[in-house]
Amino acid sequence: MAETTPQPPVQFETHPDSYRHWRLAFDGPVARLTMAVREDGGLRPGYQLKLNSYDLGVDIELCDAVQRIRFEHPEVRAVVLDSALQKIFCAGANIFMLASSGHPFKVNFCKFTNETRLAIEDASAHSGIKWIAALNGTSSGGGYELALACDEILLADDGNASVSLPEVALLGVLPGTGGLTRVVDKRLVRRDIADVFCALPEGVRGKRAVDWRLVDQAIPKSRFDQAVRERALELAKGSDRPGGPGVRLAPIAPEVTPTARRYRHVTLGLDRSRRQATLTVRGPTGPQPKTPAQFLEAGGDAWALRAFRELDDALLQLRVNELEIGTVLLHTEGDPRAVLEADGAVAELRGHWFVREILGQMRRTLKRLDLTARTLYAAIEPGSCFAGSLFEIALSADRSYMLDDPARATAVQLSALSAGLLPMSNGLSRLQSRFLHDPPRAGRLLERRGPFSAGEALEAGLVTFAPDGIDWDDELRLALEEREALSPDALTGMEANLRFAGPETMESKIFGRLSAWQNWIFQRPNAVGEKGALSLYGQKGQRPEFDWRRT
Amino acid sequence: MSMVNDEKIPNNVDLAQDKRLQRALEQWQPDFLSWWREMGPEGFQEREVYLRTAISVTTEGWAHYDYVRMPDYRWGIFLADQVPGRTIGFGDLLGQPVWQDVPGEHRGTLRRLIVTQGDTEPASVEQQRALGHCCPSLYDLRNLFQVNVEEGRHLWAMVYLLHRFFGRDGREDAEELLARRSGNPDRPRILGAFNEPIDDWLSFYMFTMFTDRDGKYQLLALAESGFDPLSRTTRFMLTEEAHHMFVGETGIGRVVQRSAELAKLSKNGNPREQGGIDLETVQKYLNLWYSLSLDLFGSEISTNAASFFGAGLKGRAKEEKFEEHVCREGAVVMEIPEQGRLVRREVPLRSAMNEVLRDGYVEDCQRGVDRWNKILAESGLSFRLRLPSRRFHRQQGVFSGLRFDPDGRQISTEEWAKRQDDWLPSASDRSYVKSLQPRAIHERGKMANWIAAPAKGIDGQPVDFEYVRLD
Repeated sequence: MAETTPQPPVQFETHPDSYRHWRLAFDGPVARLTMAVREDGGLRPGYQLKLNSYDLGVDIELCDAVQRIRFEHPEVRAVVLDSALQKIFCAGANIFMLASSGHPFKVNFCKFTNETRLAIEDASAHSGIKWIAALNGTSSGGGYELALACDEILLADDGNASVSLPEVALLGVLPGTGGLTRVVDKRLVRRDIADVFCALPEGVRGKRAVDWRLVDQAIPKSRFDQAVRERALELAKGSDRPGGPGVRLAPIAPEVTPTARRYRHVTLGLDRSRRQATLTVRGPTGPQPKTPAQFLEAGGDAWALRAFRELDDALLQLRVNELEIGTVLLHTEGDPRAVLEADGAVAELRGHWFVREILGQMRRTLKRLDLTARTLYAAIEPGSCFAGSLFEIALSADRSYMLDDPARATAVQLSALSAGLLPMSNGLSRLQSRFLHDPPRAGRLLERRGPFSAGEALEAGLVTFAPDGIDWDDELRLALEEREALSPDALTGMEANLRFAGPETMESKIFGRLSAWQNWIFQRPNAVGEKGALSLYGQKGQRPEFDWRRT
Repeated sequence: MSMVNDEKIPNNVDLAQDKRLQRALEQWQPDFLSWWREMGPEGFQEREVYLRTAISVTTEGWAHYDYVRMPDYRWGIFLADQVPGRTIGFGDLLGQPVWQDVPGEHRGTLRRLIVTQGDTEPASVEQQRALGHCCPSLYDLRNLFQVNVEEGRHLWAMVYLLHRFFGRDGREDAEELLARRSGNPDRPRILGAFNEPIDDWLSFYMFTMFTDRDGKYQLLALAESGFDPLSRTTRFMLTEEAHHMFVGETGIGRVVQRSAELAKLSKNGNPREQGGIDLETVQKYLNLWYSLSLDLFGSEISTNAASFFGAGLKGRAKEEKFEEHVCREGAVVMEIPEQGRLVRREVPLRSAMNEVLRDGYVEDCQRGVDRWNKILAESGLSFRLRLPSRRFHRQQGVFSGLRFDPDGRQISTEEWAKRQDDWLPSASDRSYVKSLQPRAIHERGKMANWIAAPAKGIDGQPVDFEYVRLD
């Protein structure tokens, strides 16, 4: 349905003043993020967000809240995630929204919610912000998955509050936001216990939930609020967040035309007839901050922050609002030395809370690029600045084309940020992931301080092709046209398989395994056929009819 | 010697031969008795009460009257007789044989249904435990205890199902039924309405009239279940539930009758001047308990209700009276709030099953109200009691969170705050009603001033019979 009815484009920018579904309150080192979903506040018509169930609109606000806490509230060291409803924490993704959404929307919705859960874990791992899920009531499906993203889960022990992953039993799909993976990989629930839990739609309460490692504590209701507060303050003690004034994240407000989104440092050009986009990131122009004080003064206008926030928004727009764009040509423009200088300052000062957050923004945005299911080709031409953090864009691409023309020199260069400060979801740097066959090579290349010419870059394995001036246009045109004709599904699968070589992490498993299974299940008649479990859920109380053949 | 035998526990479930059930009950029964002593009627455990005990399901056996001390009451386990060849009467499995064992795929759902029903039984005993100290007569005191012991037996009925059919999980659930406590913030009873104390007799009558009648409708719906043991258990419980509603309906009828008498004695026509309860206050209590009880049916549009129906777990009250039993097609037109205003919407019939059940309940309540109004008419008073709109004062379902007056008109939060005390018992109404019941009336045949005597006694005994031996 989402595919047949034209829908207004989804906007990812919001602000706490305009939240409809969350309340964000601050009390010293502890922030409280309270879920209070408006039933009639769905992003699209046709479903009610009952029982704190969520859709993309709810999650966009959650994502924004995580960002605000990071940048605007350096005094916050712990966040309590709770619910404004009496007996419900969160009922997970809204089933009627899922059932009425087209496949691409569903997949992108799940991908975004997964990225937001990982952003919570990233804030805990890198930024000294600890998260407590305070479950005052039923936490089912995505509700429990949200709790799983937190450092600790405290459950009210009142005979009612429970945790459950009822997707398999009730809906014929998976808990697709990391639930299965986090139960066994993060909370280390024994696999047979996890099997029982995931087949138990009514879930688990109280002591058993603790015994099974599904929650950290079950606390009597009369002591619950106080215990949550105390635990949050306790966790806050271990944080190095300094306090002081934060950095306001101003709206990035691009100029939008029918064929382009123009940001200050990024332009997303759309050629819908050819199903192609051009994504250009421009390097810094004016002087960039070199001390913590200068960073704070520049605030949201620092290039390193602003450019990557813009790139992030452009990627989300592309994913959700431009479904038919198949190939993205990645460009950069500017002075590579300016990029290297900006990178150098970020690398050197990353012990400072704000610079650390900027680095985090770069890291997460580049991961978002890795996880964007479009063909990504980098075109390295004269006037480009594929250096350091911006060269990561080329390393993220499925292929890179670098012009090799003595008359119009091109160069790429590594920086201090290339050595592992911007890891992929597999835990490796993009260089390491690239040279799995020759692990020492990444280190050797990093020792070289200067630029690589096209020939050198090709020799070093940093780019895919280096056509000369005569071949360039044809090579690129052919590569694009050849790609245009291929099945978009097969390309998505092929690219995702090839991009994430090397070891697995919880994060890579969530995307690589779980999402893949989920996306397969989401297409199957057993879930979405006329008699499939997801289609029938809540409609007429009808039993699903399954194709019993196991694959 | 084991307390678990046919003599101590009258039953028709072949307890003597069922080792597993015996073992489970041997564990549970002592806990039940300590729960009864701790949370049952306060101050009357050693008194002999003229109680009805079910000793079999036959016409003679289900109502056996005698004096008994409540802790010695023989809580039994009875299922209505099995109907040979019974088939599932509704939903997707219409016409298939009923289940004698729990189907694995519905195990969790059935357990939850049984536990939710079972939890209300001890809860109401806990809510009512202090009422004995302010009873309006020995007759009423006995009725209270009858209701209490039968709620206890209904707990046994649900625990039987849990023990017999749900393995270890069922045994744990049965223990938890005794561990939760009405009104305890840490171990509350499952449903909100069962966590408020009932500490005056007008509330008790309202509870037995309206809240126990919700119980009746839930039991009627479960009596249709494709899980035959549940159906048979609830069918037998319904015979006992009828007495509870009798206590409520006649109790309110007697209050109404007495209020009419006292109104005539008063110069201003106000029973309060004569130490009675004015009809406006009765109406407010009615508004409160009726709306709380409507909530117990669940939301007007319910995914759960739809799947219970589709799966053959919970039907409609008296399913055989409906023409069509699959209900995959069809819709119910409801006025429901959207974006803050009421709009007419077609709700698929299965998703509207809570509302269908509520329809029957509302009609049933109206019959009681009509009978009270007949008393008023015969007394020559113009005041009439009435049921408020279903939208009034709801805390569950689609109307919760919005404000409506008793006529169902939507009003603002400010107006609600202003008018609330006109529609629901105010703090001063409550303290007035309680002030009428400062002590228990223990003299045989005597009634408190605010309530009329019943038309007749229990089990053919006179009204001034010694229903509870207090000496």
